[in-house]
Amino acid sequence: MHVLTILFDGVAYGMLLFVLACGLAVTLGLMNFVNLAHGAFAMAGGYITVLLVNSQGVPFFAALPIVFVVTAAIGLLLERTLYVHVYGKSPLDQVLFTIGLVFMSVAAVDYVMGSSQQFIRIPSELQGQIDLFGLKVGRYRLMIIVICGLLTVALQFILANTRFGSRLRAAVDDARVARGLGINVNRVFALTFAVGSGLAGLGGALGIEILGLDPVFPLKFMIYFLIVVTVGGTSSITGPFFASLLLGIGDVAGKYYVPQFGAFAIYTIMIVILIWRPQGLFVRASRR
Amino acid sequence: MSNIPEPSVTPLVSVEVANRLAQRARPGPLEIAFWLAAAASIFLLPDRHLILTEIAVLGLFALSLDLILGYAGIVSLGHAAFFGFGAYVAGLLAKHQIISEPVLALLAAGVAATALGFVTSFLVLRGSDLTRLMVTLGVALVLREIANQMGELTGGADGLHGVTMAPVLGLFRFDLYGHTAYVYSLIVLFVLFVLARRIVNSPFGLSLQSIKGNALRASAVGIPVNGRLVAIYTIAAGYAGIAGALLTQTTAFASLDVFSFERSADLLLVLIIGGAGYLYGGLIGAILFKLMQDYLSALTPQYWPFWIGLLLVAIVLIGRERITSWTAPIRALAMRLDWRARRAPPLSVTEVR
Repeated sequence: MHVLTILFDGVAYGMLLFVLACGLAVTLGLMNFVNLAHGAFAMAGGYITVLLVNSQGVPFFAALPIVFVVTAAIGLLLERTLYVHVYGKSPLDQVLFTIGLVFMSVAAVDYVMGSSQQFIRIPSELQGQIDLFGLKVGRYRLMIIVICGLLTVALQFILANTRFGSRLRAAVDDARVARGLGINVNRVFALTFAVGSGLAGLGGALGIEILGLDPVFPLKFMIYFLIVVTVGGTSSITGPFFASLLLGIGDVAGKYYVPQFGAFAIYTIMIVILIWRPQGLFVRASRR
Repeated sequence: MSNIPEPSVTPLVSVEVANRLAQRARPGPLEIAFWLAAAASIFLLPDRHLILTEIAVLGLFALSLDLILGYAGIVSLGHAAFFGFGAYVAGLLAKHQIISEPVLALLAAGVAATALGFVTSFLVLRGSDLTRLMVTLGVALVLREIANQMGELTGGADGLHGVTMAPVLGLFRFDLYGHTAYVYSLIVLFVLFVLARRIVNSPFGLSLQSIKGNALRASAVGIPVNGRLVAIYTIAAGYAGIAGALLTQTTAFASLDVFSFERSADLLLVLIIGGAGYLYGGLIGAILFKLMQDYLSALTPQYWPFWIGLLLVAIVLIGRERITSWTAPIRALAMRLDWRARRAPPLSVTEVR
């Protein structure tokens, strides 16, 4: 395999991880809330896509926005009914609560959809490879890079140039002062949570082909999402973005060049970063 | 010369402190009843010894978590790291006939897990609770990955087969019905419990509780916070390793499952059902958890995690302190039954949260 092909696949993988995890980064930064159940929203997105495309015959591209809206709605609903009671509690409580949600979602999906791996019919124009400046790249991965790249630009634009974005940044910086200035932090958070869940769902839909989809998805990828927010920090979205790219490229290259190490290296790097810069991830938590 | 007198402990005070410490350490009537009931189960429930063994192993594991979470306030999402390490060490020792006698092998596994605990304890000293949760989770994942990659040694994903256990002390053979296994596990649990009880009621144990209450103040009164945390984390790791070794010895099998995230998460649930911070919580939680698991997985084996999840969500939403308050009347009863306790109220330092 060509070095550039590995790089390309890694970038596609990393961008996918970013779309999956950026919601988690914002929730962690904004409310100091550890949502280990973030992957469950991604899984929900994946299964909704499978249902729409395989059973209902909805075209793949038409299914994507539906998935985003539906998972965002699920996220908003859960945030307003359940999560809202847990914000003030200790990290241990938050972790127990979200692990509980993960276990429930895993068993529930297993019950409804079965434990086998799900596959999806992707449109024929996305299958196979394409010649890009002399480099053979997968069409599907190219599409992922395009979609996720556009999303990243859009997110950055919203965050940097809109009123909502500046409110969000203010709330992340210091929720108390933001409240004092009249910003409804809870509403900002609910919206952000919904959008983050929607993005996770979208990522789950796009990731069926690359990451696979089965009921243990939230457990399998939980650590990847955590690594993204650990390495990237939670104060911006550029941090998680570069962290995702590094993780994606590192994972793909690692599996290709040194398969005997497996995921070992990635976990070790996470621990080292946490020890080396424990404030990197939770800088907001310690400043207060 | 300054007139401020040297702060000193008068002989009277130190005698009183020693008396009160000794009094805390005395077993109450309910405790004696608990262990008598456990001993009675050997004879009264002979056809339940397999699940009782599982309960004893889980109880010991939960006791280990209680030492760090209930007494020192260290949260961990990866306590299975030490459990799994002990399990594999015991399995490998038995498989390759390095130490075939189970009690010695148990000690060796405990020592190995203690060493691992000491090395990794420095990772939990820094950072917030969130960092600790993730670091401990990461350590467990790394160990699982190592066990997975060292397939020739550990059997990889297939698990460690071919573990044959020698008779305990060369006398008692492990039988098919789990009688020997249960008695063996119960004795190990009892010995380690008594030791843990001794530890938490010592001045060392009290200093841990003060660290849990407020680490900054604890260090201000001269408690070496980091040293104490390292010590208790190391001890707890040894306990978890022995629990894991017991599992391997009583089932003659070890798999990657011993390191799993689910095991660490279940363990938290066990401790929270029973209540943390009074040592019996882990044991009571283990009994309730296993009975519940036995009942619910008979109904729907595959969907058992759903009920765990529901329980976790419910516990957090209702509030952990309210959940564990069901043990408060029992503890109050224990206090009233304990005629010696009336003589002097317990030192208020134990109430620090």
